[in-house]
Amino acid sequence: MTTLQRLEDNPIAHLTAEDIEAIGRELDAIRDEVIAARGERDAAYIRRVIKVQRSLEMGSRAVLLFSLFPPAWIVGTAGLSVAKILENMEIGHNILHGQYDFMRDPKIHSTTWEWDMATPAEQWQHSHNEIHHKYTNVVGKDNDLGYGIMRVDENQRWHPFYLAQPLWNFINALFFEYGIAAYDLELGRNLKTKKRRSNPIFRKNLKAVGRKIGKQALKDYVIHPALSGPSFLHTMAANFTANVVRNVWSHSVIMCGHFPNGVSTFERTSIKGETRGEWYLRQMLGSANISGSKLMHIMTGNLSHQIEHHLFPDLPASRYAEVAVKVRALFEKYDLPYVTGPLPKQVASAWAKVIRLSLPNRKPTPDPDPMIPPRRPVAEPVTA
Amino acid sequence: MTSPVRPTRLGHVPVTQTLRNGAWRVVELVTTPVVPSDYLDVIAPLRNPNVLRARVEAVHRETANAVTLELRPGRGWRPHQPGQYVRLGVDVDGIRLWRSYSVSSAAGQPSGRISVTVNAVRDGVVSSYLLAHARRGMVLNLDLPAGDFVLPPARPAKSLFVTAGSGITPVMGILRSALHELPDVVVVHSARTPEDAVFGAELRALAAAGKLTLIERHTGADGRLKPADLAELVPDLFERETWACGPGEMLDALADHWSEAGAAERLHVERFRPTVLVAGDGGSVTFERSGAEVEAPAGVSILDAGEAAGQLMPSGCRMGICFKCVLPMRQGIVRDMRDGQITTAVEGDNVLIQTCISAAAGPCHLDA
Ligand code: FES
Repeated sequence: MTTLQRLEDNPIAHLTAEDIEAIGRELDAIRDEVIAARGERDAAYIRRVIKVQRSLEMGSRAVLLFSLFPPAWIVGTAGLSVAKILENMEIGHNILHGQYDFMRDPKIHSTTWEWDMATPAEQWQHSHNEIHHKYTNVVGKDNDLGYGIMRVDENQRWHPFYLAQPLWNFINALFFEYGIAAYDLELGRNLKTKKRRSNPIFRKNLKAVGRKIGKQALKDYVIHPALSGPSFLHTMAANFTANVVRNVWSHSVIMCGHFPNGVSTFERTSIKGETRGEWYLRQMLGSANISGSKLMHIMTGNLSHQIEHHLFPDLPASRYAEVAVKVRALFEKYDLPYVTGPLPKQVASAWAKVIRLSLPNRKPTPDPDPMIPPRRPVAEPVTA
Repeated sequence: MTSPVRPTRLGHVPVTQTLRNGAWRVVELVTTPVVPSDYLDVIAPLRNPNVLRARVEAVHRETANAVTLELRPGRGWRPHQPGQYVRLGVDVDGIRLWRSYSVSSAAGQPSGRISVTVNAVRDGVVSSYLLAHARRGMVLNLDLPAGDFVLPPARPAKSLFVTAGSGITPVMGILRSALHELPDVVVVHSARTPEDAVFGAELRALAAAGKLTLIERHTGADGRLKPADLAELVPDLFERETWACGPGEMLDALADHWSEAGAAERLHVERFRPTVLVAGDGGSVTFERSGAEVEAPAGVSILDAGEAAGQLMPSGCRMGICFKCVLPMRQGIVRDMRDGQITTAVEGDNVLIQTCISAAAGPCHLDA
């Protein structure tokens, strides 16, 4: 990794190429340990979460049949919101990463799972697993950085268009699932020219998204309300609310994963001929965690352990907590910044960045980031 | 999540059913993207006809090494013919492993139950697991009955069954179902000792009642049964319609013997899965659909090896994180190039492997 850094203070300047490969080996060893222990416990865990989620969803939908009565509306909406969050985060996201493929249960498998989301699982897997996880935080490659519509880095040229990015980000949070669908379709890029618009693959994907959204909307906004009879409008409103709650929650969690202060971005050229150790290092520096209780981790689908998730995207998510202890020790050993903090702080930090970058850069360059510990002086940039 | 749908025989559909289907579709829309059965699974795992399961109703110990499981198949089950086998999917340490077991109970039990008899084989992960852990109330995954080791509709006047070890299980299913329709039956059964003979007591009782002629052979004392011995034990050998089940070498020897006598069509055999897969370095990878065969050395991923040979392969990240390169392995053995983990598949399996991080560790057959 040659250039990596846009930060004032290069967090890896003190590492040698050998250090980086050693980090890679240590991380591989952590992974092997989990793989060797993986089994019954993990299978039982995901089955239990699925069971809880389904029971909660069925129960909430049943309560919402009577959502004409305010207490039923509140209980049902809250329950449905939680069920939808669990479904997207701890179940869908993780199964679609292949974390539970080892079970060989065709019902809980990355190739067969479909989720309660506007975007079809397969398209999301492409843009998320294949692009985002491979090219984490590489500007111009990883579109998750700003979803292609935001300025996420001081070095990106400012344009008046970006003044509105706090607003875009807010709207994106409310309707996140549709934002993701548009993003998976690369809508912006694919609608640009006639040739791209008529590309058969794009058309096929577009159709699939249309079908998926149709079914999802029919369920939440027509069939389920209709079954509620006189509670039609109330049930509809409840479903809408649950979807928005889920969207805002997942948007916040995901924003905390790569946006907060202290997270590095990388240049396209920096990943040419990247070794496994360098790839690991990029994941370490390009992700941020959220600290909190066990419940908090479950509700974020363990994406609160974003760093661990990015290092080992295919390990069962419920293992990240135990892995985190070792990973953090490794960060300390090699004097690397392990970015973490409670949810409100991380969300605020991410939003502050969105707002700050909507404006042109302040001159002179901003103060050194307090999240990054001071570094030993280094004579030369690292070249691998 | 979409359930793999079993083809149904739709002929004439009555109106009530059409209505029911309509109502069902509404329910399906409510539960989208999963299907209603996925919710019902939470409550009643046996009622889902798209995912066949069975509940263990009773466990009987046969010998020190064998147990019989009485199973109640869930919805979607099709009754078996005596002599057929079923595949059981057992979750061992969180991983679903499938193995075939002959049905040893009589066909058409009024209770709807079937039983299989599991013999612990050496290093057998599933059989030893079942021997130790099978309990009443346990739910297993099940596949529809299969196999053509069955009696013809026109029952033969004279029949012979040659079995060794757990080879007796499908034969027991046949005898329990159809013994009364078979006028002249000889059973030649070999086991290591009299105590090791699964169903020994039942066979001896049938023989004592004059229903069949039992010839027991104890390999611990008398040595292995050779085809030549059979001529002595059963003088009218080639007049009999014969069914044989046991270890591969025995069946090979019998097949030779019968074809030398020009009676090959009178011999029916059932082979148990012979393979013990041992991990080596590299191997030939066969893409069954395209017919391509590639030599894949140890350090090369199956994805790279396949592509180099012009095979069209799905792929994405090429580093093991996107799961886009997953293909079903029908049989074979591969090694994870990152951590050395071995994955095997035997005939009948369809183990999904990531081709970008898997290297051949022996001959592999992919469904691609
Ligand atoms: S190509 Fe991505 S996991 Fe194999």
